[in-house]
Amino acid sequence: MSPRKSLPDNTPGTWELADSIGITRKEYDHVIAAMKRTPSFAELGVFSAMFSEHCSYKSSKKYLRRFPTKGKRVLQGPGENAGILSIGQGWGVAFKMESHNHPSFIEPYQGASTGVGGILRDVFTMGARPVASMNALCFGEPSAPRMKSIVQGVVKGVGDYGNCVGVPTVAGQTFFHPCYNGNVLVNAFTAGIIHEDHIYKGFASGIGNAVVYVGAKTGRDGVHGATMASKEFNTEEAPDRPTVQVGDPFTEKLLLEASLEAMRLGLVIGIQDMGAAGLTSSSFEMAGRAGTGLEIDLDKIPAREKEMTAYELLLSESQERMLLVTSEDRLKALHAVFDKWDLHAEVIGTVVEGDRVKMWKSGEVVVDLPVTLVVDPLEDPRPAASPDWLKPLWDFSAEKVAAQTFDKKLSILIDDIHFAEPLPLTLQYDSTVGNRTEGGTFDDGAVIRLRDLGPSAPRLAFSVDCNPRVCYLDPLEGGRRAVAESALNVAVRGAEPIGITDCLNFGSPQNPHVMWQFQQCIEGISLACEALEIPVVSGNVSFYNDTDKKPIYPTPMVGLVGVMPAETYLPLSTFDKAGDVLVLVGPLEGELGGSRLLSGVLGEDRGRPSQTDMALVAKTIRFCQEVCATQKGFALHDISDGGLACSALEMSFFRGEGLLGCEVEIPAAANADRFLFGETLGRVLVSASADTAKALQSVATKYGLSVQTIGRVTADAKFDVTQNGKSVLSTSLSASYSQWKKKWEPLFT
Amino acid sequence: MKSAPKAAVITFPGSNCDSDCVYGLEIMGFEVTALWHKDKPSLAEYDLVVLPGGFSYGDYLRCGAIAALAPIQEQVHKHAEQGKLVLGICNGFQILCEMGLLPGGLVRNQKMKFLSTDVCLKVENEDSPWTSASQRGDVWKLPIAHGDGRFVCEEKELATIKDKGQVLLRYCDAKGNVSKEFNLNGATDAIAGIKNVRGNVFGLMPHPERATDLRSGDGRFIWKSILSTLGEKAV
Repeated sequence: MSPRKSLPDNTPGTWELADSIGITRKEYDHVIAAMKRTPSFAELGVFSAMFSEHCSYKSSKKYLRRFPTKGKRVLQGPGENAGILSIGQGWGVAFKMESHNHPSFIEPYQGASTGVGGILRDVFTMGARPVASMNALCFGEPSAPRMKSIVQGVVKGVGDYGNCVGVPTVAGQTFFHPCYNGNVLVNAFTAGIIHEDHIYKGFASGIGNAVVYVGAKTGRDGVHGATMASKEFNTEEAPDRPTVQVGDPFTEKLLLEASLEAMRLGLVIGIQDMGAAGLTSSSFEMAGRAGTGLEIDLDKIPAREKEMTAYELLLSESQERMLLVTSEDRLKALHAVFDKWDLHAEVIGTVVEGDRVKMWKSGEVVVDLPVTLVVDPLEDPRPAASPDWLKPLWDFSAEKVAAQTFDKKLSILIDDIHFAEPLPLTLQYDSTVGNRTEGGTFDDGAVIRLRDLGPSAPRLAFSVDCNPRVCYLDPLEGGRRAVAESALNVAVRGAEPIGITDCLNFGSPQNPHVMWQFQQCIEGISLACEALEIPVVSGNVSFYNDTDKKPIYPTPMVGLVGVMPAETYLPLSTFDKAGDVLVLVGPLEGELGGSRLLSGVLGEDRGRPSQTDMALVAKTIRFCQEVCATQKGFALHDISDGGLACSALEMSFFRGEGLLGCEVEIPAAANADRFLFGETLGRVLVSASADTAKALQSVATKYGLSVQTIGRVTADAKFDVTQNGKSVLSTSLSASYSQWKKKWEPLFT
Repeated sequence: MKSAPKAAVITFPGSNCDSDCVYGLEIMGFEVTALWHKDKPSLAEYDLVVLPGGFSYGDYLRCGAIAALAPIQEQVHKHAEQGKLVLGICNGFQILCEMGLLPGGLVRNQKMKFLSTDVCLKVENEDSPWTSASQRGDVWKLPIAHGDGRFVCEEKELATIKDKGQVLLRYCDAKGNVSKEFNLNGATDAIAGIKNVRGNVFGLMPHPERATDLRSGDGRFIWKSILSTLGEKAV
């Protein structure tokens, strides 16, 4: 049977029924043993949702314990709706990233927009006002079936939702690869500001307190969304379209304002978003955290449709709803707030002693379960095994690269789909609402000011990053690099990285190779965080991103937050004027394994990616911070995908019209391929006047970083590269600039 | 000592630039009160009433159509009739058109897509309470962020609007040249902002509040013009 067809609530929950809605034999036996009776169908629904991979983290919990989660800034670590880090002066930043992959593939517009809605709620549920969003999107090849309409739907969905709620989308990453042809990734990040003394959590505390349902009505949409997200796609089967939720950003905006107003007035004791597994997860988890029981009358739930069963009410993932707990004496004032915002606020139950959640429908008990049985599912740590196919991929023929002309190599990079002006996306995202966004966005890290907190308040910087190609070729390095690269992205804007959230997108956990990739990526992320002394404070796991048993590339997306003082110089990330000198900070060369160039030349992803030297990255970050704090009038751009060549061109192209070029002299000691196209992290390109460059160089030397002048910015829009007095490359930039600008337009028309 | 000029910013359900406007006006020296659309306070004490940007009622019906009927609007009409200043930004501009306080209307952008970017604007007429701090032909750079910002009106109406000098701002390039290429949303005659005949009501799609102490800072031209109209010295 299909899991979305509902039966009468008191239908005995047989093993056959349990099996049909994704409960394993082991879990079923465990439940029967604990309950000493057969659960009802409604109760089976509760187990099915809460034991799903999406809600229970049963396969991943064991591995996730590896993450470093402590630190002096941590106000809230993993386990709550969002993590919180202190930014000083009594304030904190609450942030999290979540995936909405399966829904976005089935119904791109609604899938993506409800992904944004969900992450916004996770943040304002804590009492934080959302101030910035980012997204990371992984699509298949543009020529893959439906892909163009998926790209358009996802981008519009992300934009429309955030724009309407009024939270700026300030940064993002977009990646295209055939491994996502049948399973795209949509990861949404939101950060909010919160006062340390007003942090709200999902606790159903205080015996006798009221359980209040607020927000939109409950419909049949999204019933079993969490279970759907825990299944592989199969091209034979029609997609589960009715399991996708429908978003209403207008209601979300009202809910945001009403919730923050109720919290400000002290009317809330505990609160949780009804996200995945809706009322089920919010009620059981809130009781679980507080060590209390709940009694809930399901007839009191504002329903959008008639004759909804308890099963449907419990599993609906209708959007823009919250569950909150407050005391009787605050109810009147709470109702007044939600009335003001024209939202429902219904008392649906009471906090009781004990450890059971009991629910009634039409006067009958339909759910009566011990909280711990529901919220502490059996862990199912899946075995991991390193794949034998990986190491052979590390071999590649360097001669094949050397045999190509430099003109050809540059044109491979210029033709690459990732080397493009992201305007067709960014135009659709309101990046300035809130009046906080500083400088440009979407180049390296984004920076916002916190105008609400006074003129001396620190600024926040954000970056989201992951290189799936590197993760595929070396998952440990891939995890490490995702952290290092996002840290460098905020560092080149002058910020200090303070913590991360992650969105771990992988194939099926039942595949031991996938579990090995998962374990390795976590190890890499952890090593990088330890080296930079930053914690992981929140995150999300998305398994089952396979189509017909073929997993996506491991994609551990990292969302990183940095802080910087109000007065720190915000460097450019583009050339400024002809005559400025170009300085390379960091190693002369980078490795080609797993690089964009290598994949372009070979037509497949090969080579062992270089192992990021985290001590070097840490020094580079401190160098960036110090120069931004002490100097002015320069540009910094971090070298990563596409190597130094692409970084230099980006510094020209992002500046735009009146294109400036540059002359680069490759030092005699360097291998030209590795100098121009290597992707080892820890290299930063600086452009500045000769005097400023000199000052920057001395700071670099102080940190023990190698540094040298490699060229200068020219009024002539050309990219001229020489070595030992001989021309290596000499290309006019105007044609490649217009190609760069227009590359993504066909995807959006 | 003369007291600060008073401004009111009205919040509708779905407004999302209300706090941005309050902040921008305070920076410029206004004493600002936030008002709620369901209230009906007298607006007599305010020198300036601002209808901020956002998505009032989700823009699920025609943009601004429901907010135009909010309880507070009776007072806004009165304020405008008395010749006092009323400013509508983005969604606020759409609301003013729906209220009949400004001619024309705003429809879906050409190419049907949301547009968020900085644009250049040519000052067409400095003879207004909104542009007096600038010169005709000056070019400002302000952010836009809208899905329904294409100004439209009937041909006859357009002739009148132009004739009466109601067009204050048009989309242009960095040098002030108006062309199709720089009229991103496809507005009739590249119109970005218009005033009523009397001049006391002004609506524009770009966001001056987001460029007050950030970005180009060109939003200050509007605030300074208002302040000098009110007989204040701009800060």
